[in-house]
Order: sequence, then C-alpha cells, then structure tokens
Amino acid sequence: MKRIGFLALLMGVLMSFTNPTGYKVGDKATDFKLKSVDNKMYSMADYKDAKGFIVVFTCNHCPYAVKYEDRIIDLAKKYKSKGYVLLAINPNDPAAQPEDSFELMQKRAKEKKFTFPYLFDEGQKIYPQYGATKTPHVFLLDKNLIVKYIGAIDDNVEDASQVKEKYLENAIAALEKGQEPTPNTTKAIGCSIKVKK
Amino acid sequence: MRYFRFIALSLFFLSFSAKAQDLITFQNFEELNSYIQKNSEKPLVVNFWATWCAPCVKELPYFQKLHLENPNVKVVTVSLDFDKQVESKLKPFLKKKNYSFVTTYMADKKFNNWISKVDENWSGSIPATWIINGNKTIFVEQEFASFEELNQFVKESLIKLIL
Repeated sequence: MKRIGFLALLMGVLMSFTNPTGYKVGDKATDFKLKSVDNKMYSMADYKDAKGFIVVFTCNHCPYAVKYEDRIIDLAKKYKSKGYVLLAINPNDPAAQPEDSFELMQKRAKEKKFTFPYLFDEGQKIYPQYGATKTPHVFLLDKNLIVKYIGAIDDNVEDASQVKEKYLENAIAALEKGQEPTPNTTKAIGCSIKVKK
Repeated sequence: MRYFRFIALSLFFLSFSAKAQDLITFQNFEELNSYIQKNSEKPLVVNFWATWCAPCVKELPYFQKLHLENPNVKVVTVSLDFDKQVESKLKPFLKKKNYSFVTTYMADKKFNNWISKVDENWSGSIPATWIINGNKTIFVEQEFASFEELNQFVKESLIKLIL
C-alpha cells in the first residue's frame, strides 16, 4: 500500500515535469501586477466592472506582432465600449531582444497612440503561467478570469482585408451570448518568446 | 601555373555541385506531406523558418553544415515567409546565401489548418524542427545555439526513431 502511494507520488512528480505548462480553456488564469508604459501598475482586479479580458502577449520587434498591431489597437477600442478590457503584455527579455526594452515599448505605444495598457512582464514570471509561447498569442478570459479562448486573432496575418474568420471576435460574441466559443483554441505562426540564455 | 589552373577549375566545378537549390512551393500541407513520403529513403530533418525570424536565420548555417556533413539525413527547409516577400526577400536571401539543402516555401497561410498536423504540441512559434523516419517523427519548437547542439539532437533523435 505504501509502495503504491510512493509510486503515485513519483508519477505525479514525473508528470508535473513532462506536462506542458500553461492554461487550457476552462482553467482560471492568474491575475498579475505589471508595469505599463505610463509607469503605473495594472492588475485585472482593478477593473471591477469588466465583462472579460483580452490578454495579448505581443512585442515591438516581431514582424507578426507588427502585422497585428493596428488590429489590436482597433480591438481595444471596439471592445472597451462593450465592457472588455484589452491588456497587452510584452513577454520578451530585453537582454535577449533589445528592441523589446521598456523604453522602446514606451516609444512604440506613444507613436501608435495605444489606448490600452502595454505591460512589461518583468522577470518573465507571467507568460510561463499562461503558457504563452510566442507573439502574438491571445488569451480571452471571462469576468471570473476563466480562460475561454486561446490562440490567434484571426486567420490572415498578412492582410486584414482578406480575413475570413475572426477567431477572437467570434469568441467574444459567443461569450456575450453565454455560449462557449467554437473553436476555443486556434494555432498560428509567431515569434518565439525571447529568453536570455 | 598549370596546378593553379587545375585548382581554379576544380573550385569552379565544386561551386556548381554546391549550387543553391530551386525553391519548391507547397500549396498546402498535403503537398508537403506527399513530398515527405516521396523522399523517405533516408530520415528527413525538416526546419520551419522565415527570413523575418532572426533566430531562424541564425541557425540556418547549422542546417547547411548538417546537410554537408551528414549524408545519412536529408535536410529540407520550409519557409513561412509572407507571400508578398517571396520575390523581394526570400529568393534574394537564398541566392545570396547559396545554401545547398532543399529549400521550400509553404503558401498555405491558414496556419490553423495544418500546424497540428505537423505535431499536435506545436504552438506555432518558429524556429521549429521536425525529424521524420518512416512514420515516426520527433518535433521540437526550439532554436539550436550551435551546430554541435543541432548535430547532437539529430543523432539522439535518429537513435530514438530507429529503436
């Protein structure tokens, strides 16, 4: 009996090592307290009336993130009026990717007139908990921080006018109707998150 | 003098034998898959990359070295460059670098259609490398810091795939 307990424990330990970390749809996401380009700290808990959160891991340097920048700006504006808060987080370590430094985030946010917090994942503590692996990488959370959708913004990175499926917007529309998004997970190419070696 | 001419001539022909490959275009994953099936006489090392991806570009010379030094594998690179940059960036880049591994381009940008068909654990970040031996595969979503690291990974993967 003792041995079975030990084996179960061992298996548990092994699984925790081999299982990919990060959230799946249905998990409760962690809140964070991160500094934005305005030097203020932001948490999801600050938004008492939010109907949900659009957490976008993105950055300055990645050409894929740049292609989506205007779409992210538009999404923030469009959904703010509907009660959804968009929070952009730069997960990269500037020591590995100098273009993604806090100062250059400030510069970029100013140039593009970001209307949403652009947060710096200092110490790279948050992105591994979410399981973000690339930029851009979107997590849609409901007001209780339950993950409802993970993946891409839409199905055409190159040309916003040629988009056939707006995955993220469809997922928000499903939430509005009290339904589960379909698909609730999508995949797209992106830049790997930069970590200093 | 004659000796020098011989060397010059040899170098001339060598440069031809190591000539950059033509760019093969896949319209969708099924075309890539059928290419893989047709070229399965030895294990394939498939690398997904793009000219806009700096860590990808950095590791390409390691794949070129693998291609030149390891005759037991076939190295195939799959570019995920933007459609609009194939002529303006991808082709000039490949011409300049003169890589002699197989160079291909994936035109299907509806990534959600096929990323999971490569490997269900691939989240979509590049660089990513796929080793194929018959119907067994090993996939990693990571960059290699050196040729030695890549070479070691390929060796270990082949042992696992053959066992």
